[in-house]
Amino acid sequence: MKIDIQDHMLVPKHEIMTEEEISEEFSDVDYDFKDLPKIRSEDPVVKAIGAEPGNVLRITRESQTAGVFITYRIVEG
Amino acid sequence: MKGFIKKIEQINFGLMSPEDIRAMSVVTVETPDTYEDDGFPIEKGLMDPRLGVIDPSLVCRTCGFRGGDCQGHFGSIELARPVIHIGFGDVIHKILRSTCNECGRVLLSQDQIDDFTQQIREAMDNKESLNAILKEVYRVAKRELKTLPEDDEEIDPKHCCPHCGAPQEAISLDKPVTIRQGDYKLTASEVRERLERISDEDSFVLGVNPEVARPEWLVLTVLPVPPVTVRPSITLDTGERSEDDLTHKLVDILRINQRLLENMEAGAPQLIVEDLWELLQYHVTTYFDNEASGVPPARHRSGRPLKTLTQRLKGKEGRFRSNLSGKRVNFSARTVISPDPNISINEVGVPEMIAKEVTVPVYVNEWNIEEMKQYIKNGPEQHPGANYVIRTDGRKIRVRGDETKELILEQLEPGFIIERHLKDGDMVLFNRQPSLHRMSMMAHEVRVLPYKTFRLNLCVCPPYNADFDGDEMNMHVFQTDESRAEAKSLMRVQEHILSPRFGGPIIGAIHDHISGAYLLTRDGVEFTEEQALQIIRKSHLKLPELKAGQWVLKQDPDFDEDSYIFKEKGEMWTGKELFSLLLPNDLNLSYSAEISKCPVVYPEEDATVVIKNGILVQGVIDESAYGSFSGKILDKIVKEYGPGRAKEFLDRSTDLAICGIMKTGITTSLNDEEIPEEAQDRINEHLDKKMAEVDKLVESYEEGYLQALPGRSLEETLEMKIMQVLGEARDMSGSIAENYLTMGKQYPEDSYDHVMAVENHSVVMARTGARASMLNLTQITACVGQQAVRGGRIERGYLNRTLPHFKKGELGAKAKGFVHSSYKSGLDPIEFFFHAMGGREGLVDTAIRTAQSGYMQRRLVNALQDLQVKSSGLVTDNQGNVIQTMFGEDGVDPAKSDFGKAANLDKLISEIRMESGMEGK
Repeated sequence: MKIDIQDHMLVPKHEIMTEEEISEEFSDVDYDFKDLPKIRSEDPVVKAIGAEPGNVLRITRESQTAGVFITYRIVEG
Repeated sequence: MKGFIKKIEQINFGLMSPEDIRAMSVVTVETPDTYEDDGFPIEKGLMDPRLGVIDPSLVCRTCGFRGGDCQGHFGSIELARPVIHIGFGDVIHKILRSTCNECGRVLLSQDQIDDFTQQIREAMDNKESLNAILKEVYRVAKRELKTLPEDDEEIDPKHCCPHCGAPQEAISLDKPVTIRQGDYKLTASEVRERLERISDEDSFVLGVNPEVARPEWLVLTVLPVPPVTVRPSITLDTGERSEDDLTHKLVDILRINQRLLENMEAGAPQLIVEDLWELLQYHVTTYFDNEASGVPPARHRSGRPLKTLTQRLKGKEGRFRSNLSGKRVNFSARTVISPDPNISINEVGVPEMIAKEVTVPVYVNEWNIEEMKQYIKNGPEQHPGANYVIRTDGRKIRVRGDETKELILEQLEPGFIIERHLKDGDMVLFNRQPSLHRMSMMAHEVRVLPYKTFRLNLCVCPPYNADFDGDEMNMHVFQTDESRAEAKSLMRVQEHILSPRFGGPIIGAIHDHISGAYLLTRDGVEFTEEQALQIIRKSHLKLPELKAGQWVLKQDPDFDEDSYIFKEKGEMWTGKELFSLLLPNDLNLSYSAEISKCPVVYPEEDATVVIKNGILVQGVIDESAYGSFSGKILDKIVKEYGPGRAKEFLDRSTDLAICGIMKTGITTSLNDEEIPEEAQDRINEHLDKKMAEVDKLVESYEEGYLQALPGRSLEETLEMKIMQVLGEARDMSGSIAENYLTMGKQYPEDSYDHVMAVENHSVVMARTGARASMLNLTQITACVGQQAVRGGRIERGYLNRTLPHFKKGELGAKAKGFVHSSYKSGLDPIEFFFHAMGGREGLVDTAIRTAQSGYMQRRLVNALQDLQVKSSGLVTDNQGNVIQTMFGEDGVDPAKSDFGKAANLDKLISEIRMESGMEGK
């Protein structure tokens, strides 16, 4: 039996962003989305959701300060 | 400003070829001596004048400059035999392991070589790191055999050279510089020969770029000799010369080198030559690093280990951390600090002696020329004077003697720079180590004062963590208008009242300010008009306006005549009215005072503070009002009225509190910790009961009917239960004592007719939060309680017992460090011993904690120092990599937050309620 790690309480929600989402989300920010923090392609969550190198992940997680915080990570490779 | 001579665009670190070293060398050093008996340096010696000069009266034979201007020149030593450079031991080992022992080719097939070459070229073109590729090269090229096979045994081809087919015996590195093939020790010459055999193409794959370096340069044949300016000799008072450690080491190298050369020329036996060679290797090794593991450190005649090249650079006292990151600076001063409640929090008292030493450069212009003339007339001796004058041609003249003064006064014209003394109102930077947070360095305004200590307002003690038991602090004087302006807007004390650590005030009232405000503002404190006016005057408050025989205490923020708050002339003033004079007219606030934590407060209303339209309607001012770390009123004033108003409030309220404490007087003695005999009896009775409980627990354990708690052993269960009972024992005895330790009158029917009549100032200080805690007081009065070592009851000492006064395996309270006595009644010898054990652990822990947290902070600061927050809230590093898309995920500046939260809704609602006239509660 294999456990889906995405069901674990400590694993926040990871989603692969589509091209449109990327161009929309990062159109009016003062950084290049390629400079976003990286996540390893061997990362268990990356493997679980089947993300490819170059994909941008949207991570929705609980934050001590902001309640819910959305952060982004680019798959390394 | 001197002009640019050369601009550094790039620094390359790499290997230096023997030719480079020889080309750079101005003299080949051969004589292992420094000076002749007549004091002149020996030609071709280590102090050869061509290596540069230090004495300004001498001229350098190489560059022709005088000492001071000559930067020194390298020499060289021709080593009789090559030696391995200690820094390259493992590089050499890796290269030799990856090349054939016989033919010298890389142990890779031609395809692999081509493939890796391609990869490396690509990475170099893209300016990417080569580390990963090279690691792979060394991993693939490893073909070593544990042991060489017997004559006719079959050898696995994977242990052979792909080029010549020779089996590869393992090469091992015996740190730091000995290289072996199997059991045979390779000499440095053999190592060098092998490295020479590697072709340029092969060396490229191994990570040595043949355009810049060759592998054999890793083995030294020529040693550079640093210029004398790098290793100056010191002339002692006795006239003796003392040489630098590096010079000593170079002498050792030269001496052995010379002997080796002579022995080789004389055809000495191999054994002797090898011994000398090894000795030469040792000296060269320790010349580079005298703390290398596996090499005994070279010592001075006195037995002190020599400080050689690596030691000069490494660690806290090394060149980087001590001389480059942490330089000593001019225009700074350091002295002991002492308190001065009469200066503002923005100020610092500077001794006149210091004010006359450190200076501020001022440009002379037509508006200040008269003032500047006066400074020059005063000269360096009299206080607002000047020490130096810089003329328009850039010449710096010392103001000294009447003749120079007159000369300067004659020449003085706009454009001159006067280095004048520090005077009142100048901005300076004030600092106390350890500088752990930004509040450790704040900009203060100067107040030149007599005597020899820096004076500071007591409210700035918490951010600096300063006290006056001998603490010293540093002061730095700004030298440009830009720095001064920047510091004034960013670093001034008033800008740092709110701490970014927890979003509340870190600068605030302490100690006597708090007990003073309590004694002034509690219910029933009244002053005659004369006393009240005296207090107002003494605490530098603005005198209220007198209108038609009435004092205008407060006017409504809307300037409605009807809602002025008046006070009849001749009436008594309450302390609360006096304090209200400090508050902004439209301040509305309500909160629970620190003393509300007290079980009984008399009168009850004092525990809840209500401020309406700037009038302290009810409640008492204590730590919760304006104390550092917790002051609610102070917090609100900074956040709503700005730091300027807050500074004024803090200065004036502390003045007022001191006036208050002086009207009442405050005193404490052991009598404050006195409780009636009946209370003592109750405490003893209670402790006896708890001891019986402990005995019962122990009995149940010994009889075997104690039930273990889930997940714990029987022993742990017993220990936990005993700890709990003993904790209760102390707490109960404490709360019994607390019932008798009251601030003063508790109930209306209590017999004291005036609140000030009989009161307990120790308790006042503890309850208002000024100093000490009720725990401290009950430990003095009732019972000290359990002493702990390593978080549990005391276990250590003799076999199965703490002291020989107990039976082996005894588990009772007394046997494991419970102190029944109070500090006042005194501890018996056994209790005293346990108490000392617990106390010692506390001391050791603080010492260790500071060291550990210091190192942690250093690593954290190094990791974060280059991060920047953009105005959009984006956090990036200096490469442009995103760290956070929103600072702290919520974008809130913690210093401007409400104790860490972006907003406090309950507080906002109650404020709106109060302002709209509905009683907020």
